[in-house]
Amino acid sequence: MSEKLGFWRTYLFSTDHKTIAKQYFTLGLLWAIVGGLTAYLMRWQLAFPDTEVPGWGFIAPDFYNMLVTMHGTILVFFVAMPILLATFGNFLIPLMIGARDMAFPRLNMLSFWVFALASLVLLISFFVPGGAASAGWTGYPPLSAKADYTGVGWGINLWILALALEFISFLMGGINFLTTTINLRAPGMTFFRLPLIIWMQITAAVLFMLSVGPLIAGAVMLLMDRTLGTTFYLPEGGGEPLLWQHLFWFFGHPEVYVILLPGLGMVLETMPAFSRKPIFGYRPIIYSTIAAGILSFIVWAHHQFISGMDPRLAMPFSITTIIISVPFALIVFAMIATLWRASIHFSTPMLFALGTLSVFILGGLTGIFNGSAPIDIYIHDTYFVVAHFHYTLFSATFFAGFAGITYWFPKMFGRMMNETLGKIHFWLTFIFFNATFIPMHFVGLGGMMRRIANPMEYEFLKSLQPVNEFITVCAILLLISQIPFVVNFLWSMIRGSVAERNPWQANTLEWSAPSPPPHGNFETIPVVYRSPYEYSSPEATEDWLPQDRPLTPSAAARQ
Amino acid sequence: MSEVAVMHHAVEPAESPLTPESWGKLGMWVFLAGDAMSFGGLIVAYGILRYASPNWPVPSQVLGINLTAFMTFLLICSSVTMVLSLSAVKSGDQKGLMKFLGLTILGGLLFLGCQAYEWTHLITERLPELGLSFRAHLFATTFFILTGFHGMHVTGGVIYNSAVLAACLRGRYGAKHVEIAGLYWHFVDLVWILIFTFVYLL
Repeated sequence: MSEKLGFWRTYLFSTDHKTIAKQYFTLGLLWAIVGGLTAYLMRWQLAFPDTEVPGWGFIAPDFYNMLVTMHGTILVFFVAMPILLATFGNFLIPLMIGARDMAFPRLNMLSFWVFALASLVLLISFFVPGGAASAGWTGYPPLSAKADYTGVGWGINLWILALALEFISFLMGGINFLTTTINLRAPGMTFFRLPLIIWMQITAAVLFMLSVGPLIAGAVMLLMDRTLGTTFYLPEGGGEPLLWQHLFWFFGHPEVYVILLPGLGMVLETMPAFSRKPIFGYRPIIYSTIAAGILSFIVWAHHQFISGMDPRLAMPFSITTIIISVPFALIVFAMIATLWRASIHFSTPMLFALGTLSVFILGGLTGIFNGSAPIDIYIHDTYFVVAHFHYTLFSATFFAGFAGITYWFPKMFGRMMNETLGKIHFWLTFIFFNATFIPMHFVGLGGMMRRIANPMEYEFLKSLQPVNEFITVCAILLLISQIPFVVNFLWSMIRGSVAERNPWQANTLEWSAPSPPPHGNFETIPVVYRSPYEYSSPEATEDWLPQDRPLTPSAAARQ
Repeated sequence: MSEVAVMHHAVEPAESPLTPESWGKLGMWVFLAGDAMSFGGLIVAYGILRYASPNWPVPSQVLGINLTAFMTFLLICSSVTMVLSLSAVKSGDQKGLMKFLGLTILGGLLFLGCQAYEWTHLITERLPELGLSFRAHLFATTFFILTGFHGMHVTGGVIYNSAVLAACLRGRYGAKHVEIAGLYWHFVDLVWILIFTFVYLL
């Protein structure tokens, strides 16, 4: 295990799951900067239309369309998925189940490099003539199906290609996640002793693998419409534009949970460790996760209530949509019950976990509004929807992501992050996030549409302009609030105090490996004796009881 | 601490893995589940477009059944030889493996040859006669995307099987690799039967 590998095999073409996780993480963070830049440009244009953006210049309407499209594409596919799913899945699955690496390490490396290629293609698409994709991140035809409609030629072709490559990459990752979790668990690690984040990750992998196929098929057809002149989605040739919406959202809605579930998993790992209490309702959370996963395949048409599909479909999809909030409500109640009468340590990861919980609850509540067809007809395509999905996805991607990053940073890099900077970062992010997105509900109810470049062109929106300006100021402050994180992250990686094996005194297996774990992870494969959340157990002298610690000599002897 | 608690914490063995002898087999099953959804998406899209179209021709009259029936027969035979090659490699019969896996590859190649002939015939003669050429009618477009997507899978399978055969002959691969390749090949065969039914017969 300890033979010396050269520079290339150690850092670039590594088959070590931890290195691959960090590679995904680096690319995801770089894309997050581009995503933040698109948010800044859009917000400036909305608050102060057709004025010069400081540090950039004027924004033309077609450039604004490109910003809207790329903001969604980048944040969903190139930030949330690589960080939540690929980074933490790759890093945590082998460590938490007590394996030395993934089941297919070379496939894992290939999966990262295909993702890197997808990133490169997306990056190139910014610089081709006509600019990057501008048909919305959902790419609805007929707008997206003909270059004449958007004025974007190769931009959208490369956008489809980048997404296809990314899907192939995550398909390979998903095969690895599932095979590893099913086949490589350490002795004693039964399915019902798996940490919840592992359940969430493999459920997300299953959802992704089963939903992405139809979209790959749909994307091939869209690309053929654009390049070969076919008419799958063009009514003039007998095609069916709604077909794309069905294929897209059959993938797109499970995709929401592909992002959300790993985020919730990180919160579920962080909370018991800083509450010093077992998680409340371990098995009901698992059953809820599975139920939500199954339901996520039959809710997709709630994105299409006013698309022109058969209106008789609206009621069944409203019902399934509102039912899917039940398992998530159960998970949220389990989190709250875990906090009940706990001795809570308000560390940075815990603050972000609590932030996720509070923000996600609000996002979940507005989801019930959106999911109900009669209300959705009124608020569809307004900023109310924008506020809703930022409350859910921002909570999963950033609040939960930061909880995960700050919690596992010592294990990833072997050093501790600075608590003071972390807390400053949390409070600034929390305040300005809410200040940005709560008012968006109001401008949405006031009728402001998504994806318009200049609200001042509409008489009825002029009175909302002060709110838009307030949102923009807060959004810029939200972006600036990320500076403490960047400083803390880079500084701690080099100068942070050296982390011990188990700095949070947590129970799961990754904390019994050295920080950072070497190639091969464990000195000897651990043996698992119990479930992952036995904090404050009366059977132990300390208030934590690691999964791999034998309680009595006789139990140890039996191994 | 009570004795009950100690008993409670005694180590139970983890569940035995689903496919203990080979992780690759499980990986292939997972991949096939995702791939099945891709074909499912295409077939559903085909159904939606056909259902919405006012003037969909009767497929068997345009495409003809005889050649395709022969192609289906070829693929089914190649599945049989795939099974025989697995039993040959399991009993250590290198010659039998070479014969049967070679026949499987040959079956795939013949299938692709027939498909190339069929496509050429359709593109150059049959479809233009009926005014149904590639861009003119979704009948042709969906036909080519479905059979083309499947043809790509067959091509991939032929390459995959050849690589497995070569590695087996050099002694690097064994029965478990042939079995995994077999899973893929039977899947491609099964999908063809669905395509044959939906695109040609119905």
